[in-house]
Amino acid sequence: MTITPGHYMALAAALFAIGLIGVMVRRNIIIVFMSIELMLNAVNINLVAFSQMYGHVTGQVFALFVVALAAAEAAVGLGIILAFYRNKETVNIDEMSIMRW
Amino acid sequence: MRYLAIIPLLPLLGAALNGLVGIRYFPKQVAAWLACTTVGLSLAISLWGVAEMMALPPGAREHVTVLATWLPPMALQTAAGIGTFSVDWALRLDPLSAVMILVVSGISFLIHIYSTAYMDGEPRGSYARFFSYLNLFVFFMLTLVLGANFLVMFVGWEGVGLCSYLLIGFWYEKDSASNAGKKAFITNRIGDFGFILGMFLIFYTFGTLDFRAVAGAAAGMPAETAAFGALSIACLCLFVGATGKSAQIPLYVWLPDAMEGPTPVSALIHAATMVTAGVYMVARNAVLFEHAPMVMQIVAIVGALTALVAATIGLVQNDIKRVLAYSTVSQLGYMFLATGVGAFAAGAFHLMTHAFFKALLFLGSGSVIHGMGGEQDMRQMGSLRKYLPVTYATMMVGTLAIAGIPPFAGFFSKDEILFRTFEHNRILWVLAAATALMTAFYMFRLMSLTFFGAYRGPAFEAHVPHAAHGAGHDAHAHGGHGQWHGPHESPKAMTVPLVALAAGAVLVGFIGLPPFLGGSAFERFLEPSVTATATPAFSPATAPATVLPGAMPAGHGTAPAAESATHAAAAAPAEAAHGASHTALEVGLMLLSVLLAAGGILYARHVYVTRPELSEAIARRFPGAHRVLLNKYFVDEFYGATFIGATYAAARASWLFDRSVVDGAVNGTGWFTRASSWLSSLVDRHAVDGLVNLVADALGEASHVFRRLQTGLVQNYALLMLLGVFVFVSAYMLWR
Repeated sequence: MTITPGHYMALAAALFAIGLIGVMVRRNIIIVFMSIELMLNAVNINLVAFSQMYGHVTGQVFALFVVALAAAEAAVGLGIILAFYRNKETVNIDEMSIMRW
Repeated sequence: MRYLAIIPLLPLLGAALNGLVGIRYFPKQVAAWLACTTVGLSLAISLWGVAEMMALPPGAREHVTVLATWLPPMALQTAAGIGTFSVDWALRLDPLSAVMILVVSGISFLIHIYSTAYMDGEPRGSYARFFSYLNLFVFFMLTLVLGANFLVMFVGWEGVGLCSYLLIGFWYEKDSASNAGKKAFITNRIGDFGFILGMFLIFYTFGTLDFRAVAGAAAGMPAETAAFGALSIACLCLFVGATGKSAQIPLYVWLPDAMEGPTPVSALIHAATMVTAGVYMVARNAVLFEHAPMVMQIVAIVGALTALVAATIGLVQNDIKRVLAYSTVSQLGYMFLATGVGAFAAGAFHLMTHAFFKALLFLGSGSVIHGMGGEQDMRQMGSLRKYLPVTYATMMVGTLAIAGIPPFAGFFSKDEILFRTFEHNRILWVLAAATALMTAFYMFRLMSLTFFGAYRGPAFEAHVPHAAHGAGHDAHAHGGHGQWHGPHESPKAMTVPLVALAAGAVLVGFIGLPPFLGGSAFERFLEPSVTATATPAFSPATAPATVLPGAMPAGHGTAPAAESATHAAAAAPAEAAHGASHTALEVGLMLLSVLLAAGGILYARHVYVTRPELSEAIARRFPGAHRVLLNKYFVDEFYGATFIGATYAAARASWLFDRSVVDGAVNGTGWFTRASSWLSSLVDRHAVDGLVNLVADALGEASHVFRRLQTGLVQNYALLMLLGVFVFVSAYMLWR
């Protein structure tokens, strides 16, 4: 059985859906964070799959950029979470509504 | 004669120095020396001036010195059109004012000397204050008598009233003294108001206030025999002023109370000088008054009644000074009677003799009070003749003078008045003669109670033998009333003026001998002052004082001039005839009045010395009359119930009006403002604020709905974003 772009896209879609649902339903912000990584990596799979399909490296380079971006985002996000945890002793996302009116 | 101005200004200088510097810094000797020196110099200059005037022929004995313009000319309405109102600081020396300045400065000088000893018990500051007031009084009095027009005279007139107030209330810690001062001042103000109205009317009628111009113009006018014209009303107003200043009915009530002042003040102001200002003023305007015969009649009646009423009150008073006060009122009544019957010179003559013997009597009473340690009640005295021989002798001279015993001064002047009154009106003469009888009686009652009989005063230790008493006097002069040891004679500074005044009371009468003894030199001397030749009536086109004789307006001046000429021609022979035929009558009247005086004296001696119990018996026999007299006819009570009560009632009524109506209006306005502002605050709070709040609330309520979207929950936002993406993507798919 050959692995067609359709398979890649199905896997990516599945991963993205899992990430999205994680973002929507989980209350632990670390998990939400991890779900976001899942969605980013689902995009990366698509980028790499189409790069291979068209024999063009642009998609792979772009995926590298996304990985770098994800690393930066993780650093900043974890910093915010740490600071928040020091103040509120919690990582429950429902408690993080202080920027409301 | 410009140095005339120095005569009043010297005492002013003394008053200023003593008042401004002396009260704080001068020792007693300096204050007394300054006051006596200034008045003494005034006296010297007055003598010099009068001597200079006497050297002139009788017709030219009039001198007016204009020192400065006081009120510059201004146009003012008069009866004869628009006139010029202008007043100078002008002094006038003529026979009448010459007599007055000599009397004022001479008697003031003696009383100043007397006061140096009498006021010795005062502390230093109030000693200087006393002399400052006394000097100020002399200044104003000299201004009054020297003033050449009504306004300058009025300055003095008001000034002596002020000094009288200050000196009556000199011991202002005493309620009775300060009340007496106020009473004198307010009563005088009533009279002064009449004086002011009289001045207005005189200016309106004559267009000038200068005495000579007024007299000249009045001489050219017909006498108002039938109806009250402008002259009569003006004279009546002036006489109202005179009743205030000279203590005549109805304004005499202040003078007896004025005895609260120190005795030298009573002698100087309330006997010799100030109270005679009214008489002087009437005599000064003799020509004016002669042209208002009905007012003259009123003056004579008021004078006679005052003389009688005051003499009856004087019969029963027990305070030595009050007896003398009522006697003064009574004698002033004589003077007005004289002026009222046209005997201006006789009035002025009595004024002068009265100044001597009444000042003498007051100073004598002061000496008695001093010797008795402040006691004024005659019932506490008696037999003082032994202790105060000089005072006794001099007072006896004064008493004989006032009683009208020849050859003392009062005899000549009083007899002249009685005679002229007899010629004028028999009823008035009866009143005056009755007064003369009573005068003799009450004066000898005073003498008897004070100097004769048994000693009734407080007990004392006579540790100074009487023989040594007189000699050792100056040493113990007046050591204060604290260590009083029995009645004693006063120091030399007090007895010397007494002796001087007694000499005057004996001698001054001889300048006014009755006609059958050669006629009155005094009357001839005064003649130019109480008559005036007709000068043309004031014409508004020319300056008032410079109207030339003969420049009369046509049709107006000729008739009066002719009239006065015929009048003079008719008068001369009539007077000569009367002089010849009435000598017998005059001698008869003179004998009668001496008999009356002697009768009064003997009866008083009988009642108070020979049989002292008799006075009580008489008082018991006529209890009603005695009570009425003792209470001074209840005049003070009557005034209290009517005028003063009415004034209080009016004041209370206006206070009520003020409180209810005026305050009510103000408070009502305030209340209305508060009510309306309360209303407008309601509008502001509910309508204006309400509108603003409504907008704000509406926005706030509206925002409630929308802010629900801002949950702050990241996952909600993410979900919404997802839904949005879904919607847009779906729409893109469907309607591509």
